[in-house]
Amino acid sequence: MKRVAIQAADFDVAAELAALEALGGGGVASFTGVVRGDGGLIALELEHYPAMTQAQVDRIVDEALARWPLLGVSVIHRFGRLAPGARIVFVGTASRHRTAALESCAFLIDWMKSDAPFWKKEHFGDGATQWVAARAEDEARAKGWKA
Amino acid sequence: MADLTIVYFAWVREAIGRDEERVARPAADGSVADLVATLAARGGGYAQALSDPARLRAAIDQRFVPLDSLIGDAREVALFPPVTGG
Repeated sequence: MKRVAIQAADFDVAAELAALEALGGGGVASFTGVVRGDGGLIALELEHYPAMTQAQVDRIVDEALARWPLLGVSVIHRFGRLAPGARIVFVGTASRHRTAALESCAFLIDWMKSDAPFWKKEHFGDGATQWVAARAEDEARAKGWKA
Repeated sequence: MADLTIVYFAWVREAIGRDEERVARPAADGSVADLVATLAARGGGYAQALSDPARLRAAIDQRFVPLDSLIGDAREVALFPPVTGG
């Protein structure tokens, strides 16, 4: 199973996990990213490159499928304006082996940080806005998988 | 030959004040970095967004590329900050 969805709408984590569990592999790992409400943040705006996003996330998922013996991968990434507490991203993997499920899940979320064409803009209660800067630590984590 | 489409994202888009434009195709041996320098020379928001190439990333026809890549017969060049997905 391979599922990639780039969407504005929210998603149902329980339903996504159930679909992965139904594959019969014995191991399912997942990560859900949620908007933090730090420092008076009232919204996180996610911009993306529509012509490129789906194909690029497909490539990242194909790379995970090539590296680990996976029965299923599910990636959902939202765009648009999201409030604190809202889900941003979901990565789920299913495998017969826990190591493959856990490692591929970490790999996918690390690569999404540096290889998926999304940009985050923070909106604060006092009207200020700020684009989130890429973190050297994130790029280093993604590069670590490439070595 | 057809024109080249340039698309901008995030603060690059905001500084320039538009998300897309069409320009005359650069010479065949022109790189993305050459295009960035030409656009930055327009001044104003272009200079603000594009005068420091170290802060920029690029894609040619929806594939990430280094800034020294040749544009060749590509249809679309995208200019943007480092991505912050996930």
